[in-house]
Amino acid sequence: MNKRKMFLRMITASLIRRRSRMIVALLSIAIGAAILSGLVTIYVDVPRQMGAQFRNYGANMIFTPTDGHFTSDDITKGKSYIDSKDIVGVTPYRYESVRIHELPVMAAGTDMEQAKLTSPYWSVEGSYPSGSGQILLGASLAEQFRLGTGDEVTVNYTPENPEPEEGETILDNTMDMTVAGILETGGPEEDYVYITMTDLEELTGISGKIDLAELSVSAKSDKLNEYADNISANVPGVSARLVKRVTESESAVLTKLQALVLLVTVIVLALTMICVATTMTAVVTERRREIGLRKAIGASNGGIIAEFMGEGILLGAAGGTIGAALGFIFAQQVSINVFSSSISFMPLLIPITILVSVAVTGVSCLLPIRSATQVDPALVLKGE
Amino acid sequence: MSLLELKNIYKIYGDLHALDDVNLKVEKGEWLSIMGPSGSGKSTMMNIIGCMDKPSKGEVLLDGVDIAKESAKNLTAIRRDKIGLIFQQFHLVGYLTAIENVMLAQYYHSVPDEKEALEALDRVGLADRAKHLPSQLSGGEQQRVCVARALINYPEIILADEPTGNLDDANEKIVVDLFHKLHSEGTTLIVVTHDPEVAEVAQRTVYLRNGKLHKETINENFTGEIKFDNEVEI
Ligand SMILES: Nc1ncnc2c1ncn2[C@@H]1O[C@H](COP(=O)(O)OP(=O)(O)OP(=O)(O)O)[C@@H](O)[C@H]1O
Ligand SMILES: [Mg+2]
Repeated sequence: MNKRKMFLRMITASLIRRRSRMIVALLSIAIGAAILSGLVTIYVDVPRQMGAQFRNYGANMIFTPTDGHFTSDDITKGKSYIDSKDIVGVTPYRYESVRIHELPVMAAGTDMEQAKLTSPYWSVEGSYPSGSGQILLGASLAEQFRLGTGDEVTVNYTPENPEPEEGETILDNTMDMTVAGILETGGPEEDYVYITMTDLEELTGISGKIDLAELSVSAKSDKLNEYADNISANVPGVSARLVKRVTESESAVLTKLQALVLLVTVIVLALTMICVATTMTAVVTERRREIGLRKAIGASNGGIIAEFMGEGILLGAAGGTIGAALGFIFAQQVSINVFSSSISFMPLLIPITILVSVAVTGVSCLLPIRSATQVDPALVLKGE
Repeated sequence: MSLLELKNIYKIYGDLHALDDVNLKVEKGEWLSIMGPSGSGKSTMMNIIGCMDKPSKGEVLLDGVDIAKESAKNLTAIRRDKIGLIFQQFHLVGYLTAIENVMLAQYYHSVPDEKEALEALDRVGLADRAKHLPSQLSGGEQQRVCVARALINYPEIILADEPTGNLDDANEKIVVDLFHKLHSEGTTLIVVTHDPEVAEVAQRTVYLRNGKLHKETINENFTGEIKFDNEVEI
């Protein structure tokens, strides 16, 4: 047997055969490590989650035309000022007054696929219109007209200039359409009927006219402001502005949350260190006799330090391992309960948690170990 | 040259002279007993010889080296290399098994050798208890583990401070027999004891009183029957 094996055998024996003593230290390290790794997971993962969460409240940037309306070219130009990886979705809207069952309603022509991205909170019973001749009917309209998915409706559009000139054919401003889905949002969208941009252009006979574009951009408020200012300044006909309420609360809440997490982390670290240091001090005190004995039979101060450090490190590693596992569960629970989504597992966090636990335990052991080296074998072995 | 020589040793605590001008020579291979009433300075003297304490005054020559002048670090090394210690309160590490306790001395001395440690336990009749924790051993067995630990590194000198103080007659006999064996192998033994029966099996006994050596007896019939032939007042 070599010295290293004996060393390991000694420190593991000390931890395992004295487990009732060490369990307090182990638990405090494990709980500290669990809270730390859990908080770090939340710290890193929640901004991601919160971003996703807040985008659920709608687009965070709006393009409006400076003179009545603009075209998809203008939108494309505006879009080009935004880093393409930041763009979640860009949805054009055109609003026209149409009639259903001879009652006037507002129709919005849009891009259904983009609308899903910029308005993820839309809840659709049935399905989004997937092509021509289909409509997405706001829930309150559906109720008003007693319409459900699959029902046929006739949509009329009255051109602005209803009297055709002599010899001119009257525009076909009636379309027979099917209700593909009912839209529920709990908001004003329920009073609209949504159809594809192509259908609206066909119905009205006017194309290339857009009233509004909603954008969902994944960027912090500074960056968003910069984008909006750039676009307003550089793209003629387009005015970009932020939907202030959402973006600001998003970053404010995030900053507060992260500050809180940081504070708790520091407190937990300090508490863990105090607890480990206290336990180790008690351990050293109750082992004065053993330390004296070891010295008497030839242990140098270095040897005593190595043994106690070894125990501390082993304890830290064990506590860290348990803590890393508990921490993941803890973060997962918080995430599921608070944000109703599961967190992404960060494999790197496991070795980091273990290393931090080892380091924290090591530092907490320094003072107790120092007092261990000061034990005088003669005094300790003399008697009681 | 004597293996050990104490020259005008004093150990003073405040105004208490725990050792008061002690002079003593111990030859290589000798078996010496130290007797004296409680508080007479026996343990103090043993601690100084065992490199765990330093005298307030005087020289302690071990193999010609004055250990009173060595640094704490060197004292640790000397203790490790030359001295085997046996205590009254069979000090063992509670969470290590008998054999691990023996190997501990090897570990600090050189390298742990399980086979050799087991042989040492066998010598004290405890080979079958090697895997037991101290709490699972009787007092006598624990003390024998201490003896095994003390002899494992072949020390030049074994210091035993009341090794039989807490043992019954049967265990006392086992330990004394072990001393006989060690002595016959050439180990120098210094044994502090209250027990005249333990003291008188040694070749020589010195008596301490109030920190002074006041008497010395020599057992001339050492190899034969245990009996004191000569008393010398000093
Ligand atoms: N660290 C110390 N500080 C002060 N006085 C001490 C110290 N160590 C020992 N003494 C005193 O020195 C004297 C000798 O003590 P020592 O332990 O050597 O006695 P002893 O002969 O071994 O006694 P016993 O047979 O009871 O073990 C005692 O009076 C004791 O009180
Ligand atoms: Mg004593």
